[in-house]
Amino acid sequence: MMILTDKKPRVNIEGILTSEEIHDIEHHIEHYPYPRAACLDALKCVQRRNGWVDDAQMNAIAQMLSMSVADLEGVATFYNRIYRQPVGRHVILLCDSIACFLMGAETLAEAFQRELGIQFGQTTADGRFTLLPICCLGNCDKGPTLMIDEDTHGLVEVTSVKQLLEKYL
Amino acid sequence: MNTEPKPIYGDGNPETHPLTWRLSKQANVRNADDYEALEGYAGFKKAIAMKPAEVLDVVKAATVKGRGGAGFPAGIKWSLMAPNDGGPRYLICNADEMEPGTFKDRLLMEDLPHQLIEGMLIAAYTLEATQGYIFIRGEYIEAAKYLNEALEQVRAKGYLGDNILGTGWNFDLHVHTGAGRYICGEETALINSLEGRRANPRTKPPFPQVAGAWGRPTIVNNVETFNNLPAIILRGPEWYVNLSAGKSKDPGTKIYGASGKVKFPGLWELPFGTTAREVIEDHAGGMRDGLKLKAWLPGGASTDFLAAEHIDLPMDAESIMKAGSRLGTCLLMVVDETQCMVSATRNLEEFFARESCGFCTPCRDGLPWAVKALKALENGEGKQEDIDHLQELTRKLWIGKTFCAHAPGAMEPLMGALKHFRSEFEAKVTNRPAAQASNAEQV
Repeated sequence: MMILTDKKPRVNIEGILTSEEIHDIEHHIEHYPYPRAACLDALKCVQRRNGWVDDAQMNAIAQMLSMSVADLEGVATFYNRIYRQPVGRHVILLCDSIACFLMGAETLAEAFQRELGIQFGQTTADGRFTLLPICCLGNCDKGPTLMIDEDTHGLVEVTSVKQLLEKYL
Repeated sequence: MNTEPKPIYGDGNPETHPLTWRLSKQANVRNADDYEALEGYAGFKKAIAMKPAEVLDVVKAATVKGRGGAGFPAGIKWSLMAPNDGGPRYLICNADEMEPGTFKDRLLMEDLPHQLIEGMLIAAYTLEATQGYIFIRGEYIEAAKYLNEALEQVRAKGYLGDNILGTGWNFDLHVHTGAGRYICGEETALINSLEGRRANPRTKPPFPQVAGAWGRPTIVNNVETFNNLPAIILRGPEWYVNLSAGKSKDPGTKIYGASGKVKFPGLWELPFGTTAREVIEDHAGGMRDGLKLKAWLPGGASTDFLAAEHIDLPMDAESIMKAGSRLGTCLLMVVDETQCMVSATRNLEEFFARESCGFCTPCRDGLPWAVKALKALENGEGKQEDIDHLQELTRKLWIGKTFCAHAPGAMEPLMGALKHFRSEFEAKVTNRPAAQASNAEQV
């Protein structure tokens, strides 16, 4: 069977992305000589809506940036801050690099796992939290350090885990 | 030993603390007018009154070394840029600070965003760059926000855009935020990431100076390197070289730092050649809780462990290299006597194994083997062969065997640990029940 490469299936971008998302992505493209340079910006922009990027959104972004979906998938799965599967309402990024390790990051990680009842890479059953490790957050004078969504928390103690989580509903 | 925390800016004298003296006047300088009231953009204005080649001569005479970890002289890097053919020329700031233990660029960008922009303007003018990008890691949310605000302010002043201050030169800057991965700090991987690709490093040559971003001549420098430029232009290369006179061959001041179990972890601007003892004891207040220093990493995860006996070494490229390690980013991490070196090394290798881009086999497959052997030793299930295997990996993953410097960087702390603390590794084999018990205790 012959594959006609000039007749790619077109997706209805407007039916998948919001007009704000389309506008934002078009704005990001303007900053670079080639549209694909905006692909991480576009993925992050779309991810803001549901916390992750689904297949339909991938198709729409790829078409906007004149990339193949496979190519975009290669990029999306390379970077640890782009999620291709559902995550919780709040993503906890726990630094596990050496500076925080020396300050007790592994004990803190165990406390989080115990409190949430999940392991790294998992989401709580109520869909509230996803727990992930992350490389050095550059906050090493205040280790152990972590981020919840866009907030950085330093000098986190095992005893304050419960209290910290209560702020994120 | 200092009994209270010391400020980063020392006595706040611009002559001795060119990078941070402004912070002695204000907690942060995020407004362009405030920055200009404190000698801000004076270096840039002086530079654009000169010819680009003359500015390059000043930077070369200052012999300023790159501050990202490799220490390559910025002037030499710049002079290798392909001549201007009228097409696009890119200037990129590597603000993807992810080297474990390094937190200097965060402070520089959050508290002094204009100093980075001024440094980039000077570099861009010198290199006849047409477009600049600040590649900042996605987790530095506040730094990106302050940089974007600062860019708006200077655009309004006419320091960015078309025909900058009547010179006929056009240049603009854009803040590009990343989405994770340590490897993005490698300059060719960073360029791939900027282009919207997987951050696999590229073959060199061609070097980015000839064919970098989108195949065009590109210069990539670290945040702190750019921060050095305004004062070099303003006060001259002789003043700059004299900052560390009598202490080190490396010119200028450096943001030193300490983390780990010291009393006051932090950052301090000090002349090159300051000893590790001065950093740890006179600035970080010494070890906390009566702990003893056992080992230290001079500048990030990808530098060899040094032992307590090396503490009087001057922290400059030559002295640290002679001791068998690497200066790296100069932000040292201290390891106290209660910390098991096998566990610390296992943590480091887990980090490198996870952050390997997966492009070349020795790195992708070799690093997990190192983790496996270290975990076995740590759990009291190791054999002498595991130690031999680790030693073998330090040769097989070394420079020339891998595509980029990631795996060799991973081997550095492992080599240092095997060299100075081999007995701890061997004790895990000879005394396996004790190793198993101590591991069970920790869990």
